[in-house]
Amino acid sequence: MRHPLRALIALVTLCTLFLAACGGTASNTATSTSSPVTLNVFAAASLTESFNAIAAKYHAAHPNITIKLNFGGSQILESQIASGAPADIFASADMANMQKASDAGLVGSSQIFVKNKLAVIIPASNPGNITSLKDLARKGIKIDIEAPVVPAGKYSLQVLDKMAQSSDYGPAYESAVKANFVSLETDVKSVVNKVQLGEVDAGFVYQTDVTAAVSDKVKMITIPDDFNVIAQYPIAVTKSSTHASDAQAFVQYILSPEGQGVLQQYHFIVINP
Amino acid sequence: MKKLWSRWPARIVVGILAGSFFLYLGIPLVSLLLREPPAMLWTAIEQPEVLQALQLSVFTTSVSTLLTVLFGLPVAYVLARRQFPGRNLLEVLVTLPTVLPPVVAGVALLLTFGRFGLLGRYLTPLGITIPFTTLAVIMAQMFVSSPFFVNTARAGLEQLDTRYELAAYTLRASPFYAFRRVTLPLIRPALLSGIGLAWARALGELGATITFAGSFPGVTQTMPIAVYLAAESDLDTAVALSVVLMAVSFGLLLALRAGRDRLVGRQ
Repeated sequence: MRHPLRALIALVTLCTLFLAACGGTASNTATSTSSPVTLNVFAAASLTESFNAIAAKYHAAHPNITIKLNFGGSQILESQIASGAPADIFASADMANMQKASDAGLVGSSQIFVKNKLAVIIPASNPGNITSLKDLARKGIKIDIEAPVVPAGKYSLQVLDKMAQSSDYGPAYESAVKANFVSLETDVKSVVNKVQLGEVDAGFVYQTDVTAAVSDKVKMITIPDDFNVIAQYPIAVTKSSTHASDAQAFVQYILSPEGQGVLQQYHFIVINP
Repeated sequence: MKKLWSRWPARIVVGILAGSFFLYLGIPLVSLLLREPPAMLWTAIEQPEVLQALQLSVFTTSVSTLLTVLFGLPVAYVLARRQFPGRNLLEVLVTLPTVLPPVVAGVALLLTFGRFGLLGRYLTPLGITIPFTTLAVIMAQMFVSSPFFVNTARAGLEQLDTRYELAAYTLRASPFYAFRRVTLPLIRPALLSGIGLAWARALGELGATITFAGSFPGVTQTMPIAVYLAAESDLDTAVALSVVLMAVSFGLLLALRAGRDRLVGRQ
């Protein structure tokens, strides 16, 4: 009887404390580098597969360092760090959220560590009979895209804007494609899922979203570089990190040929090939 | 004297337990209110797309709740009153959608009613596609919220003394007439509770809706999806929208509650 009551009171107290301490940072004591260290890395959802691979490789090379990964939308991660979540490293999928963290004094200097670009994917069965980007403007085609507030959605609209300005496609193409949008998803993975299930004829995603798990269920149509938008991924060590030098070493590893090699395996455009 | 003495510890324990639970539920909700100045709430409501999402939410949840009552009441009646093989199985089946993560419920609906779904593939040649339509929103809401109504209505029916119905039958009431004029009024408090629960659950539905129906302003973008999307760009707007959604739910549940009390008072 006493036990759940205590837990409940503790929960309420925790809740209150959290609210009171909103924005405040914990003051942990620093540990020496030789003892086991856990680095909390907050990384954009599109880095899930590649960062898991890099973290495993890094831990194998540096057994005293464990990398704990927290994946999510860059905006969500930024607000988690702003609320005092114990992050050592922040890797964002766009410059805007890194800038926001930097303006709030949450992170040190950031650097771009990898780039990504968009592609159109279609179900392997190709129900819309799409063979080129031109087919996306055909009446009755169902296109899935991210909402404009999601970085991938913002970039997709920029791609269509660029195509509208070219003589090959023109403004009529842009409005015809936009008329075919059936849904504005909250994240890229939802678009991948709906294409994979064949519920839509095509979707705008990052080229890195064609992972091993879906590569036999979807086909990719590349968007020419003239129209494509290059997404830049910045990374930074947080100001609140209690293991700043270890965190910096991990950032250097990601920028090193080994780290970049792993990112390249996952179809990212690397900075230091 | 001894009686009073023995009562106090129980009262204190109940008071502390209930009080801390109210705080646990209440403080996070109040924290949402405290974060945003009231002016922020007004600017949030005044945005046309927010109003659109709110209208769509109110419309779809009203329809899904009506359909839930229409189809759910017979289910509750059968489960409460009839003995047949496989009844326990059906009972569990009816509760299962509440256990499923909503996204999985959405995938299940897609695999059934989607273009290449088990049933959907026969609808496609007829020119009927359900995903990405307002109908899909209603179906998703019904799928996850109807168990709350069915289970509450069933519990109400099970507790009802069947002698009232038998008495009606001896007065030559038809089964339908007895159900409408005797059973329904007696279980009305349970029905209203069930309607409130199902409606509230439908109003907050996100995962199944976005998976099965997608998110398109005015067609499938309900209030919770608008909140989720707002959180991707601006947490303050998201919180303001949540407060609006909370206020609508609060008003709705309070109205149902008041209606229930009035009915109970009348009996």
